[in-house]
Order: sequence, then structure tokens, then C-alpha cells
Amino acid sequence: MTRRPDIQREGDMDLSFLDEVRVVPGGEKIVDCIQCGTCSGSCPTSYLMEDSPRDLFYKIRAGLRNEVLKSPDIWLCTSCYMCYVRCPKNIKVTDIMYALKRISSKERFSLQWRGYHLAKSFMSVVNRDGRNNETELLLRFFLKTKPFGLIRNSLIGLKLWLRGRMPMMPHRIKEIKKFRAIMAKAESLSTM
Amino acid sequence: MPESYWREYLYYPGCSLHSTSKSYDESARAVGQALGAKFVELSDWNCCGATAYMGIKELTAFTVSARNLALAEQRGKEIVAPCSGCYVGLNKANNYLKEFPEVHKKVNAALSEGGLEYKGTVKVRHLLDVFTHDVGYEKVKQFVTKPLEGLKVGCYYGCQIVRPRNEIDDPECPETMEMLMKACGAAPVDFALKAFCCGGSLMGTEEDIGLRLVKNLLHSAFRSGIKVLVTPCPLCQMNVDAYQKRAGRKYGMEFDIPILFFTQIIGLALGIEPKKLGIGREIISAHEVLKPYI
Repeated sequence: MTRRPDIQREGDMDLSFLDEVRVVPGGEKIVDCIQCGTCSGSCPTSYLMEDSPRDLFYKIRAGLRNEVLKSPDIWLCTSCYMCYVRCPKNIKVTDIMYALKRISSKERFSLQWRGYHLAKSFMSVVNRDGRNNETELLLRFFLKTKPFGLIRNSLIGLKLWLRGRMPMMPHRIKEIKKFRAIMAKAESLSTM
Repeated sequence: MPESYWREYLYYPGCSLHSTSKSYDESARAVGQALGAKFVELSDWNCCGATAYMGIKELTAFTVSARNLALAEQRGKEIVAPCSGCYVGLNKANNYLKEFPEVHKKVNAALSEGGLEYKGTVKVRHLLDVFTHDVGYEKVKQFVTKPLEGLKVGCYYGCQIVRPRNEIDDPECPETMEMLMKACGAAPVDFALKAFCCGGSLMGTEEDIGLRLVKNLLHSAFRSGIKVLVTPCPLCQMNVDAYQKRAGRKYGMEFDIPILFFTQIIGLALGIEPKKLGIGREIISAHEVLKPYI
């Protein structure tokens, strides 16, 4: 490994980042990581990652906060949970990936990644109606991130529509006012 | 058709079953009824939060799931979710609220704004779990009127039905669906990638990755001689069905493997009319493969 100019001695490490990750439910075990790489080897998308889960984990422990949080690789986790069931130290890898997504979104590191925008579009549809509307979700997401994707996928959309699989009208739940009040309260109580 | 129902469940269809996976909804209800399980839709349910909420705010993710759990608790019955994503979402919230009382307290504080409370008594089940463990292979077999002899079916589980660990099946080598297919008289064929990822929502965000994963699993199924795939997951069905041709084109391969929901195949064996099972809604048509059995 090449010597990193930003970390010269132990005192340069920002250990508070490790604590941030440790306090999330399921995050406490990250200190048990033995860097075996089972997570990265099991990951269906790690072949494309600059920082596979194993790399992310050592960087968390080394306090390389910004480097971890601005990594696009966090958003390549599909939540397939293969790493989670295979980890020999029972680390809830997927949950830690979720925690990284959250910290990274909160601090606006993720604004440039499409995974973040899909999640945000999803939330705004559900917070408004109580349910997701796949047609609207995709419209919102593609318009925001890659309008060309709308044209590219229009034939698939048409095929789905012809088979009755693409309803145009959103469905709102009955108790939507109460639902919104619940979600607003959850939002206000939320720390991360 | 059974005379009376032997058990009642709260049916939680989730958003996909009302749109892209209509055929799953149609076939799940039809098969449930034929096997004597009464599915009563959980009234005024909301989205489970899927994988999206958890990546933005943890408490809102748990709360959005918990509202459904609270509604189910009032009815005092088990929830059955046909969608793997809903199953994992609801189950995860349920388990975490038990494990972390301080999170549970906050969730209840939020729920009280809508006049709800969740004590923590609901059990979340997946449809595959109900058909496998409550109904059982033997009973399914008894109801079969049109055995699907010789149908080479591949059971594609995807991820979230078997992982993280649960009571349904093995996280890497599941075989409950194969057993159900056998009970229907079909000839299930094993393939290496049956519990691997289809790419999930990455098909929207990073299409290249999604196409590669779909290509991998179709190739694996094709080499095993599989003629039709079945799955318990709406997102898997969508990715493998709608993007199959594009994945083939990208990698210079030609795939023609229809993918249905496992309930559609069970329904056929039970003698239910194909139309009532939503057969024909798939993009890669299953008509040729199923012709001998219809």
C-alpha cells in the first residue's frame, strides 16, 4: 500500500467517525472486523467498486471520514445481504452500508449519485400518498438524473402498460392526514 | 375447492402488486383461496419503505413499516407479504423494535400522532413461507388436478426472501420452491445462481450493473436446461422479464426464458384458469412453454 500523505501518524486519524458508525443499531460489531474480505468476495457489485466493503471498513476504522462518505460505492449496495450472512464475525455489513448512505446523504456528500436521488424520489412520493407509484417514481427519477433514460426505457414502459402493469393514477391512502402527521413526527425525532 | 377456510391471514400486497406485479396479486389470491387460506387485505396499509427509506433516515424507515404493524396488531392476525422487499422491510422493523427499545419508544411517539401504538406482537410471514410451512407440500399435492409433468422449471429466489437469515429456508441454498414445484408434478432444475442478486433497483440507477447480473443468471439458467423461471419477488420478475432482451443484446446472447411468479405455476397445477392467474402479463411470453399444460 502506498503511504498516505494525509495520515502520517495515529494522531491524524479521526476516530469519532468510528463512533458515529458504532452507535447505529447493528453497527457496534464493526470493531470486530478482521479484514478477511469475505464481504467483498460475496458482493455482486464489488467488481466495479473502487472501495469494496472491506476497503470501506478499514477506512472507517482509520477515520478517513470524507473519503468514505463521498464514495459512490456506498450506493452500489443492492441490499442482497450475502455479505451479512457470510461474515465470519457476524457483522451486519448491509446495515452498516445503510448507515453510510444515511450519513452521506445527511451531509450532502451524495447529491451527485443517482442511488441517492432514486431514494429521495421514492420518499417524496410515499410521504405524499402513503404508497409508491412506480410510474411517477421513474418519471421523477429519470427527469432529475438522466432524462435520456426516459426515452431509452419508453418501449419497456409501453410494453408494461399494454399488459396492465403500469397504472397512471397514483393511489392515496385514506388516513393520509394521520400518516403525514406520523411521518412528520418521526422526522423531527430522527437523529440519523 | 375447500368447503371452508382453515386459517385467516392479513394480506399485505405492497405497492408493486398493485402495478407492475399485478399477476402476482391475482395468482396469490386465487391460489390462497383454492388452498383454503383466507387472505383479508390489511385495510389502509401504506408502503413498507422498501430499501429506499433506510438509506436516508432510519427512524422514518422504521416508522413507515411500523404503521402497518400497528394496524395489523389491532386485528390480531399474522401479516402475509407476497413481496420479498415488503417482507424484509416489515420484518426488519419488527425485529429492530424488539432489539432496541429506545428506537421502539421513538417510533411509538411518532405513531401516537396518528392515534396508533405498536406493542410488538405481530408476526410477519412471507407467502412462500405460508404455502410451504402452513399449507405444506402434501396438502398442495392433494389439491393438484393438472400435474405439470416434465415442466423444467428453475426456481429463482433472489435475495431478500432468504437473507438475512430467517425461518423460511437456507440463505444460500434454498429449496422450498423446488419442493412446491415437485408437489405440482413439475420437474425443478437446480441452477447455480438461484439465490443471487438481480441488481434490484440498480437497474434504474446503474443499468450496466443490472444488465450484467441479469445476464449472469439467465446464462446459468439456460445452461441448466431451464425452460421457465419462477420467483417470489416482484423486482426480480421485473428485471429478468423486462430487461431480458436488452441484457442478451448487450452480451451477444439470445435469451428466451419466461419468468413467472411461483403462485402462477401452482395455480395452473391446481386447475385454475390461466387468465385468473395473470398469465399473459409477462413480457417474455410463457405461452409456448405452458401450452401442453393449459
